[in-house]
Amino acid sequence: MTALRLEKLAHSYKSHPSRPEDYALKEINQVWQTGGAYALLGPSGCGKTTLLNILSGLVIPSQGRVYFDDRDVTELPTEKRNIAQVFQFPVIYDTMTVRENLAFPLKNRGMDPAGIKTRVDEIAALLDLSRDLDRRAKGLTADAKQKISLGRGLVRPDVTAVLFDEPLTVIDPQLKWELRSKLKEIHRKLAVTMIYVTHDQTEALTFADKVIVMSEGEVVQIGTPEELFEKPLHRFVGHFIGSPGMNFLPCTLAGTKARIGGFEIDLGVSFAADPKAKLELGIRPDFIKLAPPGVGLPVRIDRIDDLGRNRIAHVRLEGQRLAVTVPAILETGSDDLTVVFDHRRIGIFANDRRIEPDDRGGA
Amino acid sequence: MTGEARELKPYNNRAWFMVLPVFLIVAFSAVLPLMTVVNYSVQDTFGNNTFFWNGIGWFKELLDPNSELGGRFIDALGRNFLFSFLILAIEIPLGIAVALSMPRQGVAVSISLVLLALPLLIPWNVVGTIWQVFGRSDIGLLGWTLTGLGIDYNYVSGVLAAWITIILMDVWHWTSLVVLLCYAGLRAIPDAFYQAARIDGASRWAIFRAIQLPKISRVLVIAVLLRFMDSFMIYTEPFVVTGGGPGNATTFISIDLVKIALGQFDLGKAAALSIVYNLIILTVCWVFYTVMTHVENAERRVQL
Amino acid sequence: MKSSRIVLLVYIVFLMLPIYWLVNMSLKTNSEITGPLTLWPTQITFQNYVKIFTDSSWYMGYVNAVLYVLINTVISVVLALPAAYAFSRYRFVGDKHLFFWLLSNRMAPAAVFALPFFNLYQAVGLFDTVWAVALAHCLFNVPLAVWILEGFISGVPREIDETASIDGYSFPRFFGRIFIPLIANGIGVAAFFCFMFSWVELLLARTLTATNAKPISAIMTRTVSAAGMDWGLLAAAGVLTIIPGAVVIWFVRNYIAKGFALGRV
Repeated sequence: MTALRLEKLAHSYKSHPSRPEDYALKEINQVWQTGGAYALLGPSGCGKTTLLNILSGLVIPSQGRVYFDDRDVTELPTEKRNIAQVFQFPVIYDTMTVRENLAFPLKNRGMDPAGIKTRVDEIAALLDLSRDLDRRAKGLTADAKQKISLGRGLVRPDVTAVLFDEPLTVIDPQLKWELRSKLKEIHRKLAVTMIYVTHDQTEALTFADKVIVMSEGEVVQIGTPEELFEKPLHRFVGHFIGSPGMNFLPCTLAGTKARIGGFEIDLGVSFAADPKAKLELGIRPDFIKLAPPGVGLPVRIDRIDDLGRNRIAHVRLEGQRLAVTVPAILETGSDDLTVVFDHRRIGIFANDRRIEPDDRGGA
Repeated sequence: MTGEARELKPYNNRAWFMVLPVFLIVAFSAVLPLMTVVNYSVQDTFGNNTFFWNGIGWFKELLDPNSELGGRFIDALGRNFLFSFLILAIEIPLGIAVALSMPRQGVAVSISLVLLALPLLIPWNVVGTIWQVFGRSDIGLLGWTLTGLGIDYNYVSGVLAAWITIILMDVWHWTSLVVLLCYAGLRAIPDAFYQAARIDGASRWAIFRAIQLPKISRVLVIAVLLRFMDSFMIYTEPFVVTGGGPGNATTFISIDLVKIALGQFDLGKAAALSIVYNLIILTVCWVFYTVMTHVENAERRVQL
Repeated sequence: MKSSRIVLLVYIVFLMLPIYWLVNMSLKTNSEITGPLTLWPTQITFQNYVKIFTDSSWYMGYVNAVLYVLINTVISVVLALPAAYAFSRYRFVGDKHLFFWLLSNRMAPAAVFALPFFNLYQAVGLFDTVWAVALAHCLFNVPLAVWILEGFISGVPREIDETASIDGYSFPRFFGRIFIPLIANGIGVAAFFCFMFSWVELLLARTLTATNAKPISAIMTRTVSAAGMDWGLLAAAGVLTIIPGAVVIWFVRNYIAKGFALGRV
């Protein structure tokens, strides 16, 4: 079932936008499924907050329509949309108890007290808030408060989507993980669509089924965490996701071979690229192997960073910097090593966009 | 100056050097005169600068409702409390209502702020003069309109009219302070709270009860206490408008005090009255300070 | 228009009416004022203003008032700055009691001090000078300035002081070059409130002056009590006392809300 449809949606905060840069959100068309967990990922200023505000009804888009469950809600005010929102910092009603906080949206909608009580107890149990129900919400910790603001959304039986606006910003690091898995658990139990806005790739990739990566007002890729990792469609996605991000090396193409400086790499497939385009070869650090001299392309090691689980070697190939994931134990006889690229994992990017090979069957 | 913050502050008595100038100038202005007052309060004089010891005689008289001075004092004190009560009952709700209706952005904010603050910066006796003129039935718009409507309004002879004029004047003069305090408190509420309330389907009244009132409670406490104290000390404005009359109907303590001190040069009585009056205010001030630091501490605890 | 705006609008009209009436009167001749009531001047006259600006016994009232207000504001802020810093940053013997005692003077009724101040300033020979009024107003303005500034200074992280001393700044240089610019807003707010409370006070200003240093507001009281009232002149003098306040508010309008938000008035 379709939860949410965006049709030719675009927004500019200027009254007479003329150039593409005038748009805070460039035209997008999206269909999101009911019960899905989506993340809007991108650096600040990429337009994700604008998109969220359009969904919550705070901003009316300058063009395009928004449909919830096939109902046009483009101009509908916030309170008439069946959405809930969890904000960056906890929004709770200070003077009320946890129970009164959770009951507030139902009371405002005129639900009968018995129904309110059942519903509140149910949601409180789901969020592990049952013990604190009769405490003043003001004195609770930040993560409990965030659960309350989530609970105020979930308690409404009519809610179809919950929007999260960087909800873990003020949560202690050790509790972040806990709250995030709580969100996942709730998502599995309730068939509610969740839309999670963040600039933190870990949060987005661990939370969402589908991640929408945005950059400069544009949706650059939508995909599962695996797709984003293995097959970034845009240079930005390659860079932004993974730490460190994808390596990009300027290259030229000749048949099934890519030429980097004086070296050739066999790609196994050929690409038809615009000869005037800026061509780059992209590969993640995980798909490069260090090898003894003579095996691959010669590199010089600049330094090796220890990240605990693995280590990252920073090397130079023809003067170009490259990051390579290396095993925790690496015997390096000398600084002169070589690298071997896993050619199945190589992506070719023309003018920042990934291009597909000519013949999918391969050579 | 709150408990939590103090714990973190280094202990350094050389800080006294930085406080010394303030201490000296305030002591010069406060301690020396107060010593004079205390000195006067225990003496009597027949003029010619000859004083003799009167012990606590003045205080006894002051606190005895059957004496002339005591009766005057008790009556004035009662009027002071009634006046402060009425002022708070009108200005606080009105101030909140106006603050709620303030625009949130744009040039309208600046214009509203300046117009609202205007009465606060008018010298107090000019405030009195403005209302003295405004209320006159021959040349004042208010008095003329009321008389024209057939209402018997004369603040010089009518007790009720005098009280209404003074209260209206104080509302005119000081409600803006409450408005500005509340407005500042309201401005500090993040937009997310209003968005959340809209999503929760809250009515205008529910938003006020659940968000706005709790968030401005701190400034509201300040507003109540400031207005209480300033209205309790009121002197200039009623003095200009009614001179304390008709009869003694609007004679507040400070008006009486100045009458006794500078009018009759009855130094002993005036001094005793000053001390008692000051003690009352000091007590309220102490309560104010305690409440303030308590609220600030509680807030800081929550933030931690 | 939203219904809530009406509350504001009605209130502002209520505030402006008496002021309008004063302006209206100041532009009328006395015969028009005492004649049948008119809602606006039928014959605008600036004679009342001309008199105030040409008669030194009138315009000196303004000069005196502005002088003692400025002196008082400068004294209050300059003295309060180091004290507020000390209260904000250090603990010392009697700090709590001192702070409360200072604050209690902000609350002291001027009426109590009128007579002792009269004696005091006559004894030290400052009676009937602007200095007497400026110093007398320090009684409530210095504590007020300390209180406001302490709030602003506490908002500046202490790490900044430490960083500056590590960077080799001497304390006076740090205070003047780094710290004062940081709390410029607070100084503005404190100065505004000192200006305000000194400008509006009358009782002490009247008691401590006789002829030479009398402020305009006191000169007006004399006119009020005189028989055969010159209403137009009185109104014009009143209007002129409103203007400095209005000008000051316009300049600090963006800081007012912030100053009030601290709740330290």
